[in-house]
Amino acid sequence: MPRMVPLQLRYLAHARSGDKGNTANVGLIALDPGHYDLLRRQVTAARVKRHFRRMVGRVERFELPNLNALNFLLHDALDGGGTISLKTDAQGKVYSTALLRMEIPVPDTVARRARKGTP
Amino acid sequence: MTGRAIRIAAGQGFWGDWLEAPIRQVRGGPIDYLMMDYLAEVTMSIMQKQKSRDPAAGYARDFIPLMERLLPDLVEQGIRVTSNAGGVNPRGCAEAVLGVARKLGLGGRLRVGLVSGDDILPRLDELLAQGHDLRDMETGRPLADIRDQVLSANAYLGMAPMVEALQRGAQVVVTGRVTDTGLTLAPMFHEFGWDPNDWDKVAAGTVAGHIIECGAQSSGGNLLKGWRTVRGMENPGFPLVEAAADGSFVVTKHPGTGGVVSVASVTEQLVYEMGDPRSYITPDGVADFTTIRLRQLAKDRVLVSGVRGGPRTDKLKVSIAWFYGYKAVGTLVYSWPEAYDKAKAADRILRARLKDLGLEFEQVLTEFVGADATHGPLAGPPNPDAPEIQLRIGVRARDKAPVERFTREIAPLVLTGPPSVTGFAGGRPQVEEVVAYWPALIDRRVIEPHVRVEILEA
Repeated sequence: MPRMVPLQLRYLAHARSGDKGNTANVGLIALDPGHYDLLRRQVTAARVKRHFRRMVGRVERFELPNLNALNFLLHDALDGGGTISLKTDAQGKVYSTALLRMEIPVPDTVARRARKGTP
Repeated sequence: MTGRAIRIAAGQGFWGDWLEAPIRQVRGGPIDYLMMDYLAEVTMSIMQKQKSRDPAAGYARDFIPLMERLLPDLVEQGIRVTSNAGGVNPRGCAEAVLGVARKLGLGGRLRVGLVSGDDILPRLDELLAQGHDLRDMETGRPLADIRDQVLSANAYLGMAPMVEALQRGAQVVVTGRVTDTGLTLAPMFHEFGWDPNDWDKVAAGTVAGHIIECGAQSSGGNLLKGWRTVRGMENPGFPLVEAAADGSFVVTKHPGTGGVVSVASVTEQLVYEMGDPRSYITPDGVADFTTIRLRQLAKDRVLVSGVRGGPRTDKLKVSIAWFYGYKAVGTLVYSWPEAYDKAKAADRILRARLKDLGLEFEQVLTEFVGADATHGPLAGPPNPDAPEIQLRIGVRARDKAPVERFTREIAPLVLTGPPSVTGFAGGRPQVEEVVAYWPALIDRRVIEPHVRVEILEA
């Protein structure tokens, strides 16, 4: 068994987010297609909800293996969204990077390589 | 890809996008169509606000000087334009385009297609009386709850009226609320004569539209992966698609421009504002984003193929703008040392004063820019040595009075609160009217018979 270490998603994925009303979405895309399966297993809707805690409501997840991507819907995340919201990030544009703060357990060999590879 | 390809170039990704982009798309290389998307959910509300002050307004005014610069090239080269610049006043927009065409001496040489019928505000009571309750898709509330606050109501139209306008010879097609993707779909269906019930073709064109509808966001702009390596963004190449008759297409940009078109740049745009990827619903059909295949063919050329789709639904989405209330946001900047603690103390004082004044708000939201504004508590404890922190406090209420009073409570903090404060030169915060967005669905059969296509001659 390889030794498992926590690794921030920023070393494994890139991401973009947007909004629909009071819901933010985050598309999480594997930097290395070989890591898509790792993301799929580790970055579950429940874990993402635990990561954001009270910043968001219900979390849904969809899989896009063709794009090595996962799509998350973060409901009730935008203080009403659109024009209503008082947030700096009223349209959820940087929930993407907030998700990249999340840590998942990965084999230390993967962590070492991923840290080196990220520009 | 087989056969002749048509080149559809994105000129604007939103109202307020880079003004040079459409010019460079037209002059930087061969294109057949210029696609200009101006409308976001929030945009219709803003245009509605402008139209309520001036009945001649309510469309993307930027479009007119742009057409003035471009029409001679467009007419010369036979490049056609599809645009939803018409906003809540497409007729006013189309007439303004004709006006500049005449001024340029293009009388008799330009046909403008005007698509209308998306505006259902005049019919709203009739529709509600017929039992179309236009419930908010997010909350389930019926529209009757806020009927007297409704400012605009527009159904999202699909590509069909735009295809008709192109078939009738329009060189510039101006619409109100059509879907962003329809602006790209229409040229494809017009050029290739595809069957509008060929769902895979609808889905392919929808994906093409989604990739270019946000302008440079698919060609290096806002690209997170390897952002330091994206070159030449002082002259970003906006994306264009080379569409083939088989439904596949290549995403690319003009030679000599900055930015990048890569699998990563296209993928980031594909997931932008995505819901359930298996059913990306438009008025024209339902695209399955899990079927998309991407392949880097060459530098700045990505092939998109394999897209599958399903039949259109019997509903159209309706975008309703309604008067919600008022808001204001005030900011002050506190400097080192202990910048965060000072900002926090100011927030505490301000909130106590608002409470003491008996002001009632629906929401009071404080952010500490430099500490937690974008990532909230995920950012961890604030840096005790931060050179400065901006206190940003916003309030929202249904009534104007408490918001108005709030705007007068920011400046006094400068002399009656924590020290080392600056950044108040902008003056008192502005009270803003909040026009909110109410998405609903409606039976397409009550909309489509009212859709009109007119061809206007310069």
